[in-house]
Amino acid sequence: MEDISLELKNIEKHFRDGKNVLDGISLSIRQGEFITLLGPSGCGKTTTLRIIAGLEVPDSGSVWLDGKDVTNLEPEKRDVNTVFQSYALFPHMTVGDNVGYGLKLKRTPKKIIREEVARALKMVRLEGYEKRKPSQLSGGQRQRVAIARAIVNHPRILLLDEPLGALDLQLRRAMQTELKHLQKQLGITFVYITHDQEEAINMSDRIAVMKNGKFEQIGTPDEIYNRPRTSYVATFVGNANILRGRVETVLSGQALLQVNEGKVLVDTREEKLQIGEAVTIAVRTENILMDEDCGCGLKAVVEEKSFSAGQLRMVLRLNDGQQIVASRYGIDADVKVGQQVCWRFQSADAVLVDREERYA
Amino acid sequence: MRKSEKNAVWMVLPLYLFTLVFVAGPLLYVAALSFAKPNEGYGVTWSFTLENYKRILEPVYLSTFAGSFRLAVTSTLAICLIGYPFGYFMAKSPKKTKKRAMLLLMAPFWVNSLIRLYGWIIILQKKGILNWILRKLGLIEKPLSILYSYPAIVIGMVYVLLPFMALSVFSSAEKMDWSLVEAARDLGASGFRAFWTVTFPLTLPGLLSGVILTFIPSMGLFFIADILGGNKIVLVGSLIQEQMTRGSNWAFASALAMVLMILTTLIILLYRKVSNVKELEEMR
Repeated sequence: MEDISLELKNIEKHFRDGKNVLDGISLSIRQGEFITLLGPSGCGKTTTLRIIAGLEVPDSGSVWLDGKDVTNLEPEKRDVNTVFQSYALFPHMTVGDNVGYGLKLKRTPKKIIREEVARALKMVRLEGYEKRKPSQLSGGQRQRVAIARAIVNHPRILLLDEPLGALDLQLRRAMQTELKHLQKQLGITFVYITHDQEEAINMSDRIAVMKNGKFEQIGTPDEIYNRPRTSYVATFVGNANILRGRVETVLSGQALLQVNEGKVLVDTREEKLQIGEAVTIAVRTENILMDEDCGCGLKAVVEEKSFSAGQLRMVLRLNDGQQIVASRYGIDADVKVGQQVCWRFQSADAVLVDREERYA
Repeated sequence: MRKSEKNAVWMVLPLYLFTLVFVAGPLLYVAALSFAKPNEGYGVTWSFTLENYKRILEPVYLSTFAGSFRLAVTSTLAICLIGYPFGYFMAKSPKKTKKRAMLLLMAPFWVNSLIRLYGWIIILQKKGILNWILRKLGLIEKPLSILYSYPAIVIGMVYVLLPFMALSVFSSAEKMDWSLVEAARDLGASGFRAFWTVTFPLTLPGLLSGVILTFIPSMGLFFIADILGGNKIVLVGSLIQEQMTRGSNWAFASALAMVLMILTTLIILLYRKVSNVKELEEMR
């Protein structure tokens, strides 16, 4: 039986104007897991974190820490520590006093506080910084002090609210690796918040994709990326094209779909399709192929070519006006803007999404 | 000098002259008077003497200074205890409440302070409102004679000077980053400990400024003592006034004023020395 360290049961939280910040979310987190809440601003991820920390109380539902109902327990009594987005370092205290704050409250002997603080600072690569003040530190250093201040208390669960948001790209990437390494070293459960899908995929054991106060999908990075369950997840994580089609023929393990003006074969895996059914599929941009093979009958006109993040990105316009994106490595391709091309994709690269909606 | 610097000089010049004529001038005159020899009837003879200052060393005048000091300290302390929570809760309250509280704080300034103090006479006197309420509630049998006593003066001082402290604390607390309190609680601090270790140190500058803003006037203000204290308490301020008017002893009055000024300045400097170290630490 795996050790469940945190459980959220049907958490609901309403705004004063009636809108739901959290619309009945549930989640089970295992001890030692690195789980990320991924979603755009306003989807409710920070509120979820604050409810876990005890800084807010849900309107209904419950929070369980190590098998105990802590829904109404004050934040100071929970074995949970938070790394705030704004770091929230105490400006009137030195780095050493900041980091040792939690230990001092527990009446830990001074000598032990000194040792633990030194150890925590060493872990975040800020050895010897005890006497400095937060105002003397750079953004990246402050963030590391915030982390040290939280981990020095050896909490069961560490909550991190977009801790890398204010850092530049290079530092962010370096900190991602450091944080992941730290988590494995300490064995603490990390609940991480970000809107950056790259960060989520790089660091997490599991990702919970959030939208409008609900979890759209919870799974490993591989599941989220390669087998998204909804079109939202498919487009939010990695770049996927969403295509609609109608089932023409059902074969074993595959189906022939009428998509746009052509017919394509897709792998159906566990799904059971019926002839005539309207389905939605997601195809990643890197899986859109363009060549002379016009067997599927799919045609498009190249509208735009651009280069970003090491990939060539091409926007194709279909006959009904819909735009899809094809990407590949390299700076350029043999196609010109305005050229008509044939496109296709392999049956295994199509993922059936939004299946639950039919049975809602 | 560059043209912009030249213009700056011209812009400051009127202010400079104003301060010179209306502030430095009178102060120097008072200082000069304090060393002059008072005449038997009226006026002074301009010969240097230290007898005015020597007179201050007489026990009766020394005790007057001591009394003023004691009153100032008592009042300032009371104002700290009442004014700090006032300013703090004002800063924490929602926008609407904040505006209303500010209005209530400012409203008394629209009415002359003398008239407001007379209002306190009506409240505090033997047949006044306070005694009426206390008797109706059955809390006392005989009416309390609060008026024309030391406590009445303190009440008056607190009443008049409270807004300065409340506003000073308020402006300091307003700038407070409340997520720091959340961080403290997240790390294990109870509501009170979070306040004491985070909020209070960070709002201390407001409290310290408020102390200076209330201590200085409370050393000199004497009309409050005159109205609410009857003639029992004599403060330095009223002594100076008496010497200037009925006593016609401008020289002695000036000496008293000089000593009051120097004493107050010394106390403030000492106070700032003690608290400046802390303030420097608090600077972000």
